Amino acid sequence: MNGVHDMGGMDGFGKVEPEANEPVFHEKWEGRVLAMVRALGAQGAFNIDTARFYRELLPPLVYLGSSYYKKWFLGFQDVLVVKGFVGADEVKAGHALKRTKTPRRGKFTVNDVERIMIRGAFNRAAPAPAKFKAGDRVRTINFHPVTHTRLPRYVRGHVGVIERNHGCQVFPDSDAIDAGENPQWLYTVVFEGTELWGRDADPTLKVSIDAFEPYLEPA
Amino acid sequence: MADHDHHHHEHDHSELSETELRVRALETILTEKGYVEPAALDAIIQAYETKIGPHNGAQVVAKAWSDPAFKQALLDDATKAVSTLGHVSRVGDHLVAVENTPRRHNMVVCTLCSCYPWEMLGLPPVWYKAAPYRSRAVKDPRGVLADFGVSLPKETEIRVWDSTAETRFLVLPMRPEGTEGWSAQQLAELVTRDSMIGTGFPKTPGAAS
Repeated sequence: MNGVHDMGGMDGFGKVEPEANEPVFHEKWEGRVLAMVRALGAQGAFNIDTARFYRELLPPLVYLGSSYYKKWFLGFQDVLVVKGFVGADEVKAGHALKRTKTPRRGKFTVNDVERIMIRGAFNRAAPAPAKFKAGDRVRTINFHPVTHTRLPRYVRGHVGVIERNHGCQVFPDSDAIDAGENPQWLYTVVFEGTELWGRDADPTLKVSIDAFEPYLEPA
Repeated sequence: MADHDHHHHEHDHSELSETELRVRALETILTEKGYVEPAALDAIIQAYETKIGPHNGAQVVAKAWSDPAFKQALLDDATKAVSTLGHVSRVGDHLVAVENTPRRHNMVVCTLCSCYPWEMLGLPPVWYKAAPYRSRAVKDPRGVLADFGVSLPKETEIRVWDSTAETRFLVLPMRPEGTEGWSAQQLAELVTRDSMIGTGFPKTPGAAS
């Protein structure tokens, strides 16, 4: 979706402000949010793409005006309510009130912590041979889905070169809307800065994205 | 979609305290419903606060600086190479290491959200997840580097890696001069978090002491 989360190339957000000796969490509740999201995701309440999509669905002013973990919290609460794991009445009451759908893998306990400290694997068996190989010129498609996609606006319709094939992986555009993993080939595609930003671009700049095969056509 | 009307009022109060109450309420609900064990949440938080951080990535970089065969293996297949280091082996799949050279500087961003190599660097800093960095890194990386007080020769190629899928990128910075004969352990002390994102350089031997 063409949301405010898709920020590549936007102007006006000001300087980057690194914080010296930044703590891992600035508030205790931030850690609780991170842990709850990881736990419910691990138990199968939602996949990583759905979690991202629900953060993108936050209204633009909420997205831009909320801290990082606030966005996580809001998106998380929404996904739990929309998918029926928690009732809106329960959120209002601050307590469990009724039986609802439960996460597929049940309760997240201390015995599950080790498992989630290892990152998931996203490679899947390929349904068809890869269409592109390193060195191929490709053009990204011009499309504007209203649902989740990982093709940023700033590269759409531009020509780049395939640099690397990462294998066949879970396709976020499908996974985010519970349409299945629909595995697709994934490539690193490199663009010249001038291709993306025009004649005033930094001539020394090259930008790459990781692009799923449906995002690409031969150029 | 869930209702967001309630958000309009939150600046009337202390945002943090209101958020804190809402987070506590949700944890209560999830606990009462039997979805999570609070002690398990404590354990996750503790792991990110104490075990997982840039020291993991620093060990990998220092090993690459001091062991040419490991460096080559890392650049060929970072997931596989890192899995051979017992103590930092929980990398999972999809790690790619990219090497800085005198001719090319690498910088990593996630314009769409906040993708970052957690297992190597810990949780990302606020600036990495915030709009100024996410918006500008792909268009004006030299301007971003200037915000960090960093500048590159004007002919150096800048390669920005936008983390749009599950691949996670670790920048392998250039080994500082004057470190001949240093052990991997000594070298690791020079490796900064930002040098592994591409928004900084490693410390120099004098500055590290």
